[in-house]
Formats: sequence, structure tokens, C-alpha cells
Amino acid sequence: MTTTTSPVLSASGVTMRFGGLTAVRSVDLTVNSGEIVGLIGPNGAGKTTFFNCLTGLYVPTEGNVTYQGDILPPKPHLVTQAGVARTFQNIRLFANMTVLENVLVGRHTRTKEGLWSALLRGPGFKRAEAASKERAMELLEFTGLADKADHLSRNLPYGEQRKLEIARALASDPGLLLLDEPTAGMNPQETRATEELVFAIRDQGTAVLVIEHDMRFIFNLCDRVTVLVQGQKLIEGTPDVVQSDERVIAAYIGTPFEGAPGDDEVAEVEAAEAEAAEAQQDTGPSGTPKSTTARTEDGQ
Amino acid sequence: MSTDTSKTTGESTDTGGRATMLRAITAVGGLASVVSTFLAWTWTDEFPGDLTFNGYPGGLQILTLVLGLLTTVFALAAMDLRGLRWLTPAGSTQALRLMALGTFATTWFTVIAIAVDLGGLANWEPGAWVAAIGSAIPLAALLLPNDTRPLKRPAELPSWAEILIIAAVFAIGLYVVNYGIQTDPDHPEPFLGYLIAVGFAAAALFKAGIVARMSALTAKYRSVTLLAALVTAVAFPFTQDKASYTELGVNILIFATVALGLNIVVGLAGLLDLGYVAFLGVGAYTAALVSGSTSSTLDVHFPFWAAVIAGAVVSLIFGVVIGAPTLRLRGDYLAIVTLGFGEIFRLAMQNMDGVSGPSVTNGPNGIPNIPPLEIFGFNFDEDHTVLGRTLDSNANYFLLMLLVTVVVVLVFSRAGNSRIGRAWVAIREDETAATAMGINGFRVKLIAFALGATLAGVAGTVWAHVQTTVVPEQYVFAGPVPPNSTFLLAAVILGGMGTIGGPLLGATLLFLIPKKLEFFQDYQLLAFGIALILIMRFRPEGIIPNRRQQLEYHETDQLDAPDQPQLSGNAVGVTKAEA
Ligand SMILES: Nc1ncnc2c1ncn2[C@@H]1O[C@H](COP(=O)(O)OP(=O)(O)O)[C@@H](O)[C@H]1O
Ligand SMILES: [Mg+2]
Repeated sequence: MTTTTSPVLSASGVTMRFGGLTAVRSVDLTVNSGEIVGLIGPNGAGKTTFFNCLTGLYVPTEGNVTYQGDILPPKPHLVTQAGVARTFQNIRLFANMTVLENVLVGRHTRTKEGLWSALLRGPGFKRAEAASKERAMELLEFTGLADKADHLSRNLPYGEQRKLEIARALASDPGLLLLDEPTAGMNPQETRATEELVFAIRDQGTAVLVIEHDMRFIFNLCDRVTVLVQGQKLIEGTPDVVQSDERVIAAYIGTPFEGAPGDDEVAEVEAAEAEAAEAQQDTGPSGTPKSTTARTEDGQ
Repeated sequence: MSTDTSKTTGESTDTGGRATMLRAITAVGGLASVVSTFLAWTWTDEFPGDLTFNGYPGGLQILTLVLGLLTTVFALAAMDLRGLRWLTPAGSTQALRLMALGTFATTWFTVIAIAVDLGGLANWEPGAWVAAIGSAIPLAALLLPNDTRPLKRPAELPSWAEILIIAAVFAIGLYVVNYGIQTDPDHPEPFLGYLIAVGFAAAALFKAGIVARMSALTAKYRSVTLLAALVTAVAFPFTQDKASYTELGVNILIFATVALGLNIVVGLAGLLDLGYVAFLGVGAYTAALVSGSTSSTLDVHFPFWAAVIAGAVVSLIFGVVIGAPTLRLRGDYLAIVTLGFGEIFRLAMQNMDGVSGPSVTNGPNGIPNIPPLEIFGFNFDEDHTVLGRTLDSNANYFLLMLLVTVVVVLVFSRAGNSRIGRAWVAIREDETAATAMGINGFRVKLIAFALGATLAGVAGTVWAHVQTTVVPEQYVFAGPVPPNSTFLLAAVILGGMGTIGGPLLGATLLFLIPKKLEFFQDYQLLAFGIALILIMRFRPEGIIPNRRQQLEYHETDQLDAPDQPQLSGNAVGVTKAEA
């Protein structure tokens, strides 16, 4: 399905620790241009944390992320500037701005009118504003929200809020779009529509990395699927391969099996968490993640 | 009047008849109140405003007269009288009730004040009895059934008529403001009566839906509205005949402007600045130091434009120095640091007297004798006769300050409605999401903070010349006399965060009330606190709500769609980010 294989995003050895808890452990992941890649795994597997590491919301404890060959700086606005946009699992729209304004905020990185030009309102400013609005309306058209442009985003129904998040993310003309559970809370029709939307986004040349629990959605959509369990990559492959892997099924159903990556960690993580909590209590503010991390590493 | 023209569907003829009856009674009561104002209410002119004349109304009677008339007119409108229906687009009953209550409250306040001030009901002339009874009759409106309805689209008027309406509204507004400013400062009664009357009347007009209609009109004719506002403001000093009134005017204008500058920081970007008054002080001290005052330690005399630039630049530098380290952090650090900065500024000014510090500011004595401004040979301290009216020093400074106000209004609306303004609001709404959308939170917040500081600094340069002296004690966190940071913040919150009108109205009220009600001054801070608690409880979006916030706090008043369908032709271009 992929036309070219140049990697858009590649993460290598990304590890994220919170105190004693290793939420993401040495994950490698590549997204090629023109690809839709799925990221699945049970709740708490570290998928959202991994997204946060990619987008600079968290600074990964170890590992690095490159976008089109350049290392991404761990600052969210620079990541977006570079061309990686995202949506949030728990919708984070600007609730009291209109739908159109939300998308216009998404245009921020692709426009550069500063305070002076806003105050002086020269022809350049007006042109840029008009162009931004035009592009924003295009995106609302694309996501089917054009007729709600003047509504406050908080008043949109849930499914449309998710779509608006996608429109807002697309406004930065990203080369890679990260979607965190884009169909959570949607009914089957809305899910179908979102599927079409993701295909359309891919067809416009934006690679997509999507977290989702809806397996039908994932297996329909994705060229490759990566499974994350207990912060670790369990398997990666085409939907067919992943679908038939017994470990994946077990991870979702929760049956323990020989050599499950989570097995020994469960105990370890619990112990470490307790220890970290304790450490935090008696050392107070000095009990920074680093010191507790060091301790758990000793215990390994 | 007895012919039933109301064709309220769904009501049985019986209740319809009863409602018409009640409305007629209300109208009659309004008229009775009006008539009473032409009679003498008391026998002595010791009561402020001299209510002893038969034949024409005076003093507080004017308020009863106006409210009585409005009550009658609204009652007739409620009876669906042809030609008056436009008065109550959102339903007449609530408006009528408030008008009736207003008439009653204002009139009874006056007659009770007469009895209390002069010692007993014996001081009531027959007119007072007529007023007391007459103004109670409209309370019949309280029994009316509610008929609140969604705002309908108004009939299109020719545009010249709509523009005339805007002009008329501003003229009326100027009259109302002048009435308040010109009330007798030695007696609290006239101003209290004024507050009661204006409060009820404003609430009634709001409930009638006429305020919403007006704001739709002003949004339609933005430039006409701006021009009308400007003309009204310029007309203000021409309509004053006492120096004390123009002094009130210029002070109100300065504090309103500073509050509007603060609204960029607080209302748009959502940054809590508790030391904003210090930036006003920075501007004022800078202007004083370069003013050529004999007490200034700098032996320079900048022309005013250079002083303004100096004040702006120094404030900007302080803004950046305070903001840069603090705004990198999330959370309430900014509030604490600005609070500290405000106090440090005052203490530093107090101690840079050559004894406990370098000799810069003369310490607690401040810098007096700031010479009057002179721009192009126009001396701001002298009286000038323009268009047959004499403008005194305060009036001159009022007009100068108005320039600053216009600049701040333009900055607020232009910056607010642009890429940077949207970024501010986005940061205020959800900082994480905003940074994930590519907004450099630190940079954008620093721009808002420094811009606010600069605008306050500019206002400070004018303020120094109006006061002719700057002393450290003016720049406290909280105090009985404005400006202080609490006053400014309260003006923003009371008036309405994120709007232009809000801080202007808030500052006007907060400045005027203690000036007019002397007994109130000792309790001013207490009253501030109570007023803020009440506002937070009952109208957290402030008196003048911003469209967004109104929705935020009153989820049930569904206004989610714009009140009128956007003109389909240019649907894209017309989202007005009011904040
Ligand atoms: N900021 C944080 N601090 C501490 N623990 C966190 C933080 N964010 C996530 N975690 C933990 O990391 C683990 C993975 O969470 P998450 O990435 O949200 O899982 P998923 O998205 O796969 O459901 C969870 O155990 C969660 O509690
Ligand atoms: Mg998640």
C-alpha cells in the first residue's frame, strides 16, 4: 500500500519513567510517509505517554525522536512547528472559542503575523487573516463542521468535538498526525465516518499514527500495527499478523502466558511505586523522579 | 386604553383580560408618579435638590419623572400598542416589573429620605403623598404572567435610522453619565437615588431585550459606533460647568484606561497581575523625572512625546524583567511575583531618597511641582475657550487622556482579534492544548504582560501631569483611594473580563461611588469585598459579559448559535472574537 518508504517519524529507544514507574520502555517505532500506523494495547499500556514523548509534552527519560531526519526538540510548540500535530484522548478544545477560532488557533505555526502587524492592520495582515480563515473553513468543510463554524466548541456534540480536534490539528499542515483514540465515545456510524476521514487525510499526504481500542477500526485502517503492553513493544506487523498473534489476544483478555513482557514488571512496578510514594513522603520536594529512578534501577 | 389589542394566543380570554387590566393599572400608576413630580414634595429647600416647587420637577423628582414615564411607556408596549412593540423584543413582563420596582424604589427612597432628613412625615407636602401612592400602583405589574420569549429578528430599518438610533443612544448615555457626575457631592441622597434609578432601568432595558438589540446594531455599524463613542467622549468636558466635575472625569478616564490595559493581561491572556499599579507608577515616575520639575533629580525637560516614549519604554523594560523569569513557570507564580513587585516598587520609591538609597525619587515626599504640559504652545494648565465653552485644566487633560484611551481601545480590540489575541485566549483556555497547537506559551504570555505594562506606563505619564505630583503612597496593593492594584482588578472583574466596556464601566462605578458617597469611604474596602463576592455569586461574568463567558457561567441560557444568522454571503469573515 505504501508508495515510498522514507520514514517520516522514527522513535528509537524511547523510555519514559515517572518516579519508579516505567510507563514506556525502550520503544522503537517508525512511521513512513503515506502510512497509517496503529498503536494498540490495553489501558495503561503507555500509549498516550508515548504520544506525549513524541510531541514534546514529556521529555523522554531516554531515547530520541526524529522527524524527517531531524531530532525533534522536546518542546510541544516546536514539534508542531516541525510538522507533527496531535489530538488528545480526553478532548482538549478551547471550549469557549468558536469552532472557527479553534481551527484558526491551529493555524498559529503556519502564520507569522505578530503584535505589530495586528495593531497596524496593514494589507499584509488582512491578507493573512483572510487566507487563514479560508484554510480554516476548508478544513471545517473537510471534516463536515462548516455549518457550525460560529458555534462555541463546548456546545458541539461529542463526536463533532473529536472531529474538530482533528480539524484543528490539520490546520498546522502536519506531515504526521497523531490521533489518540479518535473514535472513543462514537457510535458506529460516526466511527465509519472517522475511518473515511483518516483515509482522506492519508490521501492528502499526511502520515497518521493512531491509538485506538476499536479493533475493527484499527485493522481496517492501518498498514501496520504496533502493540504496546506494559510500556513495551510486544509485536509489530500487518493487521493480519497482529490479529492472529496469541500474545496480543492474551494481553487484551488478560490471560497470563509464558514469557509475557508484563509478568515480572507488574510486581516490580508495584514495589517501585510504593517505594517512590514512600520516598516522596519523607524526602519531600527533593525526592525528584531521578533519585527514585536510580533506586529502581538498582533493584533490577 | 381599554380596548384589548393583545392577541396572546394560548391564553384564555379571562387571564388575557386580567393581564391587560394589570398593565393598564401599571400605566396609570406610572402616569400618577409623573404627575406627582410636578407638585411640591416638601416645604423647605433644606432637602438636597429643592423639591419645593409646584409646576416643574427638580432634583430627585427628575428620576421619578423619567422612571414613571418609562413605566407608562413599557406598560403601553406590553399592551401591544402599535408603534411601541419594538421596545420589548424579549418580552415585556420582566422589564415592566423592573421598571415598576425602579419607580417605586426611587420614589420611596426620596420620600423616606425627606422624612428622615427633615424629621417626620410632617415634612411631606401633598405632592409627596401623591408620589408615594402613585409610585406604588405600578407594582401591580408584579402579578403579571411571565412572557419571556426568544429574541426575534428585528424589522429592518433604513440604515440612516439605525445610525440615528446609535447617535441618540450615545447622547442619552452622555446625559445619564453627566447626571451622575453632576449630582451634589455634599449630600448622598441624590447619588443614591440615581444609582437606584439607573440600576433598575438598566436591568429593565436588559430584560426587555433592547440592550441585545442595541449591541447587534453597534456590531453592525462598528465604525459609526466608534465615532459616536469618540464624539460623546469629546463632548463630555464641553458639557461640564464645574472644575470638580471635569476632575472626576479625567480621573475616571485615567483609571478606566488603566483597567482596560489590565484587561489585556487578565481578561485575554488569563494572567493574574496583582501589581499592575506599579507599572502606572513606573510611567508616572519616569514622566515626573524628565518633566523638568524643580524637585526632580534629573535636570532634564523632555517634550511630552519624549516623556511618553520614555515612560512606555521604562515600563516595558520592567514588564519584561518581571515577566521573563516568572512566565516560564506554570501556576500562580505570576500572581505572587507581581504582588511582590508592586510592594517593592513602592518601597524602592520610598527609599531612593539619598538617605537609605540613591537619591532619585525624594523618598516619601515624592516629586512635586511637575510643570504643566505645553504642546504646540497649548498650555494645559490654562483655561481655553473652545466653541464658546471654557475648558479648564482638567478638561484639557481629559482630552489628552482620551487620546491614550483611544490608543488602548484600539490596541485591545485589534490585538484581541488577531492571531496573537487568539493565542492569548487559547492559552487562557487550555495551556497544554495551546502549546500543542504550536503556540509558544512563554513568548505569547510575555507579549501580553509587557504590552499591559507599557500601556499602564503611558497612562502614568499623563497621570503624573494631572496630579502635578507623584508620591510612593499612591501605588499600593490595596487602599482607600485609587489607583491601587485591587481597585483596578476589581474594576475589570466587576465590569466584565475580556470586554472593552466592562473595565470602563467598572472603573467608573468604583471611582464615582466612594467620591459621591462620603459616608461610604471608610468602608470602601469592605464594600469592595462584598461587591466582588456578590458578583462572583450572581454574575461571575461581570456586568458587561463577554459572549463566551456568558455561556461559560450560565449554561442554560443557550446562546450557542449567534443571535442572528450570520449574513450568508460572508459567513466566514464575521466571527467577532469579542475577547
Ligand atoms: N504524568 C504522569 N505521572 C505519573 N504516571 C503517569 C503519568 N502519565 C501516565 N502515567 C502512568 O503511565 C502509565 C501509562 O499511561 P497511559 O500512557 O495513559 O496509558 P494508555 O494511554 O496506554 O492507556 C499508567 O500507569 C499511568 O498511570
Ligand atoms: Mg491513553
